[in-house]
Amino acid sequence: MKHLLALPRWVWANLRSEVFVLPSRTLVFVAVLVLLVLPFVYDDPYVLRIITMTAIFAIFAASWDLLAGYTGQVNFGHALFFGVGAYTSAILSRHLGISPWLTIPVAVAVSVAAGALVGGICLRLRGSYLSLVTLALPLIVTGLLFAFPDFSGGELGITGLKRVVTGAVGNYYVAVVLMLVSCFTLWKIGDSNTGLIFHAIREDEVACRASGINTQRYKVLAFLLSALFAGLAGGLFAHFLRVAGPSSLEVALSFQVVIWGVFGGAATIYGPVTAVFLLYPLTEILASFDMFKEVRLLIFAVIVLLVLLFMPGGLVPWLRDKAERVCPRCKHRSVFTRHQCRLCGAELR
Amino acid sequence: MFQDILVSGLVNGGVYALLAIGFSLIFGVARIVNIAHTAFYMLASYALYGLLVKAEFPLVVAIPLSIVSVVALSLVCYKLVIEPVRQHESAVLIATIALALIFQEVLLVGFGGSFLGIPAAVDGFASVLGVRVSNQRLIILAVVAATLTATWFLLYRTRLGLAIRASANDQEIANLMGMNVNRVAMYTVGISVALASIAGVVVAPVFVVDPLMWLSPLVTMLAIVVLGGLGSLKGSLIGAFIIGYVEAITVFAVPAGAFLKGAVALSIMVIVLLIRPEGLFGVVFEEER
Repeated sequence: MKHLLALPRWVWANLRSEVFVLPSRTLVFVAVLVLLVLPFVYDDPYVLRIITMTAIFAIFAASWDLLAGYTGQVNFGHALFFGVGAYTSAILSRHLGISPWLTIPVAVAVSVAAGALVGGICLRLRGSYLSLVTLALPLIVTGLLFAFPDFSGGELGITGLKRVVTGAVGNYYVAVVLMLVSCFTLWKIGDSNTGLIFHAIREDEVACRASGINTQRYKVLAFLLSALFAGLAGGLFAHFLRVAGPSSLEVALSFQVVIWGVFGGAATIYGPVTAVFLLYPLTEILASFDMFKEVRLLIFAVIVLLVLLFMPGGLVPWLRDKAERVCPRCKHRSVFTRHQCRLCGAELR
Repeated sequence: MFQDILVSGLVNGGVYALLAIGFSLIFGVARIVNIAHTAFYMLASYALYGLLVKAEFPLVVAIPLSIVSVVALSLVCYKLVIEPVRQHESAVLIATIALALIFQEVLLVGFGGSFLGIPAAVDGFASVLGVRVSNQRLIILAVVAATLTATWFLLYRTRLGLAIRASANDQEIANLMGMNVNRVAMYTVGISVALASIAGVVVAPVFVVDPLMWLSPLVTMLAIVVLGGLGSLKGSLIGAFIIGYVEAITVFAVPAGAFLKGAVALSIMVIVLLIRPEGLFGVVFEEER
């Protein structure tokens, strides 16, 4: 009996000492649980559909954050990777009839190749130049797609694709599980040694290079990783909506991801993901009311503007700083009700 | 066809030049990447439509009134929205994107999503180099030339122009020399938006007016500004005509060119940047620390 209880007790001890001590971690834990059990409790297809789309866009926003937030390569054309992923899996699926289980990995591979290309181009550019050049890249691809309508479907895109699995619940789990895995991986990368170097490149590339770090290699690496997850999101998007159209390469989508990233708080991964989970359902729900249908983008833009005016660092870091304090000595976080650091006992001010 | 390319490139290049120079000015002086720049151009077109077609003002009243109102609106937006977040570069970007979206949606609600037409100020055609050119396009050319000359005069022959150029060159030193840098930045926003709204007013009768008309010139304008070198006025002017002609050549000389014109123009920008990362006339900024 004791042996049977050992594992749950170990899990509970870890949860209590590592997760429940901080409001942010508790919130993430609860959110993950809710996402995983939701279809058992409430399987309204409309809600599941919205959350599936949200999860896909969350992967996309998190991938942007690794590149723009951490590494400081503010990509204004992140829809390129999304669109390349969507179109690759759509073309493979439509013209060759391959199963989505194979097309999405190929789409990810092609997107990574695109990431290598863009990363190579962008090595020489910095700051605003980089943003504006990357803005142009998806538009070049859109122009090429329109010039070959037989192959790409032109304005209408490629329609009638297969779903990854049948059924709303199945698709929900595919998207949500992949989202959780991707975001956790991205967050881990951001927290690792590599992530530290990404931070350093954003803060001061010259100093970083002077410390003996091959910044060029790390910048390309950031592009590759970012393109990988964006391509995954694009492939999932195409197979979930069963269409890959020029809207997946639009400027509006590129701007959307920038808005999510900065609204949620750049260079955190969880910030943009939270932003997507707040803003995407919000716009969808507003669209379902007739009176708000016309003005939903307006409401969206006004909310974004107001949040920026009052919390320029982004919503989630602002909230987190309210709820938790950083220990001046050991730099770990404690809940704001404590007067002493939970780890080293230093006085919190 | 050669003459078509010549005239069409000149007209489009002129309009692009107005937009790109305004954008370059704000970027140079205040380091603001103003995504909403072409949204002001769109607002001016709509203001002209509202005043001329809806309120039936005479043309001589409607044109100045729409330009002045758009400039006033831009100054209010700058004070309320941009200035509080100017320290955060990414926040400025998002704020201008949000502004552009707000304008787009307000116009969508106010005027509907349909294409609107504004009657031409003058009818008829003239023959230039054997090409039939509508008089409206000739007016565009004349206005563009006059505005560019006036801008040049303002920037290089007045004290305000000197202050603007000084701030663009080095904000801190300009401040130390006793210029009110914040006020100069505000004047620059006004001038820049005035250029955009002049462009919006003159092209309104030629192009269609719709709430998404800010997107395609935005991308072209950004391409021009990057091609010419961010913040460089000469670069913006030359870049505008390069892109104007490249687009004209693609449209007239390449099959399926209308789809490809954006792609070709942007590819040229990318190629130039790969050879010269700071653009044609850009200055390499010392890394700011």
